[in-house]
Amino acid sequence: MRPENYQARSHPPSHEYELFIGPNHPGIEGNYAFKLRLHGDRVIEGKADAGYLHRGFEKLMEGRLWIQNIALVPRICVPDPVPMEVSYSLAVEELCGLEVPERAQWLRVLQLELSRIAAHLFTFGGHASTTGMYTNMFWGVADRDRILDLFEELSGGRVYHIFNIPGGVRRDVPPGFLGRVAATMDYLESRLPDYDNLFFRNQVLVDRAKGVGVLDQETALELGVTGPNLRATGLAFDVRRDDPYLVYDQLEFDIPTESAGDAYARTLVRRAELVQSIRIVRQVIERLPEIPGPVRAPIPNPLAWKVPAGEAYTRVESSKGELAWYVVSDGGEKPYRVHVRGASMMHAVQVLEHLARGARIEDVAQIMFTLDACPPEVDR
Amino acid sequence: MTGKPKARRSEVRYEDRGSLLAPLKNLQFLFRPPVTEPLEPRPAAEIYRGFHLNDWNACIGCGSCQKVCDNAAITMVHVPGAPEDPVKGIRPLRPAIDYGRCCWCALCVDICPTSAIKLSREYVHTCTQEEIDSYFVLPDEHGIHGTPYPLGWTKTPTNDLLDLERQPMPELPPEERVDNFQEMVLGYDDQQAIIEASRCVQCGMCHDACPTHMHAPEYIRAIWRGEPEEAVRWMYRTNPFSQVCGRVCTHRCEAACSIGRRGEPVAIRWLKRYATDRVPHERIKAIAAEGKADYVTGRSVAIVGAGPAGLTAAYDLVKKGHRVVVFEAQPKAGGMTRYGIPYYRLPEEILDREVEVIESLGVEIRYNTRVGRDVTMEALREEFDAVVLAIGLQMGRSTRIPGSEHEDVKRAVDLLREAGEGRALDVPQTAVVIGGGNVAMDIARTMARFQMQKYGEVRITVVALEDFDHFLADPVEVKEAREEGIEILDSRGPREVVIEDGRIKGLVTWRVKSIFDEKGRFAPELDPEDERFHEGEWVVEAIGQMADMSLLGEDLIEQLEWVRGRLQVDEEGRTAVPWLWAAGDDVHGPDVVHAVADGHRVAASIDACLTQLEKTA
Repeated sequence: MRPENYQARSHPPSHEYELFIGPNHPGIEGNYAFKLRLHGDRVIEGKADAGYLHRGFEKLMEGRLWIQNIALVPRICVPDPVPMEVSYSLAVEELCGLEVPERAQWLRVLQLELSRIAAHLFTFGGHASTTGMYTNMFWGVADRDRILDLFEELSGGRVYHIFNIPGGVRRDVPPGFLGRVAATMDYLESRLPDYDNLFFRNQVLVDRAKGVGVLDQETALELGVTGPNLRATGLAFDVRRDDPYLVYDQLEFDIPTESAGDAYARTLVRRAELVQSIRIVRQVIERLPEIPGPVRAPIPNPLAWKVPAGEAYTRVESSKGELAWYVVSDGGEKPYRVHVRGASMMHAVQVLEHLARGARIEDVAQIMFTLDACPPEVDR
Repeated sequence: MTGKPKARRSEVRYEDRGSLLAPLKNLQFLFRPPVTEPLEPRPAAEIYRGFHLNDWNACIGCGSCQKVCDNAAITMVHVPGAPEDPVKGIRPLRPAIDYGRCCWCALCVDICPTSAIKLSREYVHTCTQEEIDSYFVLPDEHGIHGTPYPLGWTKTPTNDLLDLERQPMPELPPEERVDNFQEMVLGYDDQQAIIEASRCVQCGMCHDACPTHMHAPEYIRAIWRGEPEEAVRWMYRTNPFSQVCGRVCTHRCEAACSIGRRGEPVAIRWLKRYATDRVPHERIKAIAAEGKADYVTGRSVAIVGAGPAGLTAAYDLVKKGHRVVVFEAQPKAGGMTRYGIPYYRLPEEILDREVEVIESLGVEIRYNTRVGRDVTMEALREEFDAVVLAIGLQMGRSTRIPGSEHEDVKRAVDLLREAGEGRALDVPQTAVVIGGGNVAMDIARTMARFQMQKYGEVRITVVALEDFDHFLADPVEVKEAREEGIEILDSRGPREVVIEDGRIKGLVTWRVKSIFDEKGRFAPELDPEDERFHEGEWVVEAIGQMADMSLLGEDLIEQLEWVRGRLQVDEEGRTAVPWLWAAGDDVHGPDVVHAVADGHRVAASIDACLTQLEKTA
């Protein structure tokens, strides 16, 4: 199906032709189109085409009460919703001067890392499927489901947890929950050798992914790349370490990097991050029982809640990179203006277009998946 | 101490191809359980956010769920046969959920003032093409499929979004207030008022319960926004006695408040007081005059009695362009609010300001003019197009027990009137009050103040027929009376006033076994075994009041219809005589706000009638 705004290019009588990836394509997480101009199987130019997913989140949020937006924000990114909830809450808390109880901060870290694990498992599955290895996709999705089970138990919602609200979290952990988290972490760790054999050390993947979609550090910084994609170019930048929020400064973890900057390096960085996230979750499990306190600061009646005028920019490290909310309040009952800096905004547009140039047609989906571009973050 | 996280390379060694036989290791998967789990029913988590359940007995139809719903998925639906009681704050509305819009965030659960709405642990709902509207569900406690799924997400103290505690009202402590008539409630400051106003969920139960249907949700919201003037504007649309009601209203609104279902209701009365105190008097006058007709109709109305009912009717009628003259027997206006309510509850200057607001609109009040003595009803009928009778209940009832005709057996209303005129009561050292209502508390506390000034101690006993579980007086009044040293006894029936040498010694009471007989009629049954003597040189009767209708004259009394001694009026306040309306305590309800409501009612009726005359003329 051609988009309505599509203008056919008049091209020279060569062997160039056009091809669409998307807007519905298994190689893309969401409805997103990538228009390619090809010569043979070589991409001459790619054009990112957003708009199929546009729901107008930022505008919608201006019409809703501060509390109502907590149900909306996780929907911006399905695979990794927790950073959305947390960073929006952090922004409102900063505007209100709300002090979040320490226990809530630890609970947020727990969710953030669980969400990161789930998102990375999903991405491995995606990357595997774009290289034809479907077993790994099934594994990734099945193991992600175990994390979703944990989220269901913690928050009552599997995919959209809607658990973080300005002031803290909505409930404390259920009895025995931390034990089950620990068991799931042990299980995931025990699965890593299998994943390595099946996928990360698989010669098919190595041959397909090495040297594909190479991004050097300088270009990455120019294009605003963050997260695992940036770390795969050798720069150890991570918001958790460089601008710590919540209780990340009390946790021990490493920032994995790779130097090649190609599709394989990006996937390896995510795998190593998964290990680090397991490490962080274990520290939370150990520390949480001794941290007392409420899980939420008192907030006003949500139907009569004015947030003091001001603006806040709060960033967190999502599985895709730096995710931030810029929230402006004019002192009213609803946000005056909201803007979300989704990490994929850069990855799915500038970077993808840059990397697709000269790539082979079968690598385009792989490049997009290893960039972990989440179209809903572009098309909000 | 944890160090900064270090950068580190990944540990996957892809160069290591391993042994040629490595693929054989994968044979192990034949003997391992599959990674993807088999599809079998799996119970949902304990707090799963499934479909809605609603306890219809607990739900009051306040619609807070609808307000907080971020997807407009909730519609309040009228359910025929569901209980409806505006006074208790119950509406026959129940939330219906559109599952095409619901996002299962459960904010409706977290905000519900009654905790009626909950979510179940049911995963799936689907429907066929034929019943496509089955996504629109009116949930009850049985779940949407009638199958017994356990509760999922419910309200706990952790996820409760409502503030159930009221802002404390600063008051004078008992020792500072018991010997004077200084107002004991000090009022909210700006910050307290805004916080208190922010507790409101805007359900409007207060509006429905209020006899005069004040726009409480609107003025509470205005106060919360920091706009007390706007709040006063909303108040004067329905209540020209807002300043008075902000202090002494019986606050039906708070009894109906949905926050009061689990916590303390919003302090609606004190918020009203805050706004009227906050806005300058001249501004209140200007606000009250908004919407006044800029023409005169040429019609005129006489109102007998300058109490809340009469002055409210005057306020409405003068704003419609009619000429209004109010006849008041006393030297000052206010009726029972001035001559029945002690100054420590309602300072005189508040009432003076309230009356001035109404007078400033052009209402003429003729003081010291008693209808029936200084001017006859017949004369009013001739001079005016309509007459309103709003004389209130000024005569105290008597118990008529032996000894009650003694001159030191007083009526509470007479004593309160005396105090209201600014005269000090010549109280004896001991006194007994008969009655358990607010008037009994008022007179007991008034006498306590005079006793304190005169003797330095309080020796007053209040004996009430009712037991404390069914007490008539406001619990706050009882508490404060006790703080001021007054003894309050429940379930005591008066038997005899003991008189020795022409002086009262005290009162004998028997314990009350029951107040009403099987048919619900008032017939107290007393237990002679349990007799007590209460010392007192005065016995004050505070058991109710009645109207003094003698001013009407015999002819008019003949023409009017009466029901058990009360003047009969229709729902618009008309009497059997076409030019005469009646309003206030003498025909209806027991308090200021009912009188205000009555005033509006007759004013509307009179205005309609006079406008009709205009058209036919």
